[in-house]
Amino acid sequence: MGTFIIRRVLVAISVALTISIVSFMLLHLSGDLATSIAGPEATAEQVERIRVDYGLDRPIVSQYLDWLGGALTFDFGRSYYYQSTVVDLIVDRMPITLTLGGLALALAVAISIPLGVLAALKRDTWIDRLSLLFAVVGQAMPSFWFGLTLIVIFAVTLQWLPAAGSDGWQHFVLPAIALGYYATPAMMRLTRTGMLEVLESDYIRTARAKGLRGGSVIFKHALRNAVIPVVALAAVELGFMLGGSVVIESVFSLNGLGQLAWDAISRNDYPVVQAVVLIIALFYIVLTLLADVANAALDPRIRTR
Amino acid sequence: MTTSHVSPRASSAASSAVFGGEIPLPAPAWSRVTRRVFGHRGLAIGLVLVALAVLIAIFAPLLAPHDPYHQDIANRMVPPVWHDKGSWTHVLGTDKLGRDTLSRLLFGTRISLTIGLVVALISGVIGTTLGVLAGYFGGRVDAVVSYIITTRLAMPVVLVALALASLTGGSLTTVIVLLGLLLWDRFAVVSRSVTQQMRDAEYVYAARTLGCSLPYILLREVLPNIAGSLIVVMTLEMAHAILLEATLSFLGMGVQPPLPSWGLMVAEGKAYMFFQPWVIAIPGIALFVLVLAINLLGDGLRDLNAPGGRN
Repeated sequence: MGTFIIRRVLVAISVALTISIVSFMLLHLSGDLATSIAGPEATAEQVERIRVDYGLDRPIVSQYLDWLGGALTFDFGRSYYYQSTVVDLIVDRMPITLTLGGLALALAVAISIPLGVLAALKRDTWIDRLSLLFAVVGQAMPSFWFGLTLIVIFAVTLQWLPAAGSDGWQHFVLPAIALGYYATPAMMRLTRTGMLEVLESDYIRTARAKGLRGGSVIFKHALRNAVIPVVALAAVELGFMLGGSVVIESVFSLNGLGQLAWDAISRNDYPVVQAVVLIIALFYIVLTLLADVANAALDPRIRTR
Repeated sequence: MTTSHVSPRASSAASSAVFGGEIPLPAPAWSRVTRRVFGHRGLAIGLVLVALAVLIAIFAPLLAPHDPYHQDIANRMVPPVWHDKGSWTHVLGTDKLGRDTLSRLLFGTRISLTIGLVVALISGVIGTTLGVLAGYFGGRVDAVVSYIITTRLAMPVVLVALALASLTGGSLTTVIVLLGLLLWDRFAVVSRSVTQQMRDAEYVYAARTLGCSLPYILLREVLPNIAGSLIVVMTLEMAHAILLEATLSFLGMGVQPPLPSWGLMVAEGKAYMFFQPWVIAIPGIALFVLVLAINLLGDGLRDLNAPGGRN
């Protein structure tokens, strides 16, 4: 188990480094940053001055190494737009995105696992078909449009919940539904598949043969095994949701990391963009690492792979 | 075939792939295919709707009642026909510039389908190449490719695509290229695992023994046998690409006005959604139906490809 964890941590670190290189290079090579920052009306001299002022005239490798050196001590430089360091901006906005992601995940788990279990137990009945329909609809619904529809129905027509802002828990209900529905179909299908497999396995037949009754078999024996891969998927989905929250935050005017990134992108505030991309990737990497380790702890067969 | 003839790498998996697998059925007759297609309700619905979308995209100029770019300031925000103030001149109403919504919707089908198809082709070529090489060679090649896949999965696609689209100045072409370069992961994962299962199959082994060249083996022996799985992934990635294009366009970094991208139509209607909710409902429903149809098609094809695959 020790070597497994060490190997996984080393891979995670190198993936994080690779992502920092790739995102840095992509941003610096896909357009001229100095021209973008200066804006369409700038003269050639102004562009050159910005290039020198922001250190964009230096070789790209030395720019990257400087940036990485700072990033390792959580110093991502200063924002081009705000009078503030990038770290302060991120620390300021992070709680909102984490709250949104956490609530969305909780909601997705609370819906998908019971629904998946039920669909597996009542296989090929109307409950199974209805849950499948629920999943298929969720996979096809554009999340920004679903968010806007929730606003029109629950905030404008029924006036139950606020449409925008982040002052109290009420502000997170609709965004969490919009974001959580996105993660539900995959988790529900995996729970259903896992339950169907486990229910047909030998040890469940043995448990039933020993005379254990329905509820005990399902919850003590079957669900515990079926849910292992779902936990791993949940961690991955949380990572995806943090990355995808840019859309939902924009729809609901939530002032989180996603909104910060979107503002930074439209204002050519590249230090902020780079830092947010790296932070979101780090979240994903840490979450998948935890899921891998948890999986290996629960299922020793994985460790040797 | 005894294990002594098989390369050391091959020996371990050979038994399961060759002897443990199901006996392949002869290719089904055409009538049986049609019966299976239409016996599967989801697949039939998906197929009909996707075919309809393709026809709409091709014949959009003939079907559209108006020029989708023609602005008529005197007839702004006309409600759809089922509304009290609606009329048959503009069946689905007009937008804030007086452009006919139905015509824009019909022409928008072209954008969504083009994006889906071209992105799936680009990412399919990238992902399948990586996946087949990793699955066929295993070992170090597999380790490198798996590392690339892991890295790609950890990149936040929406954020990276937004930033790059904004830098390169969003347009239909940039969106297609960007998404094509970003969405190959599922192709790689699936083609890798399917290739792994068949690299030691008897026919691949036979081709190797006969001295066939590596490109021949990969293109003529491996590729046709993973094509079924790839088509399923292709439909899923088409749907994914269409949703992402709409998202990028909605956030203002994708397809630019005045093109009738459905995501852009939702963005343009957002300011009016409180009093005229149909301006966002109509393009949103179009997007939902198209993506749903493609997904149903993909799910159905997977069921045909691997019976019992739904579980």
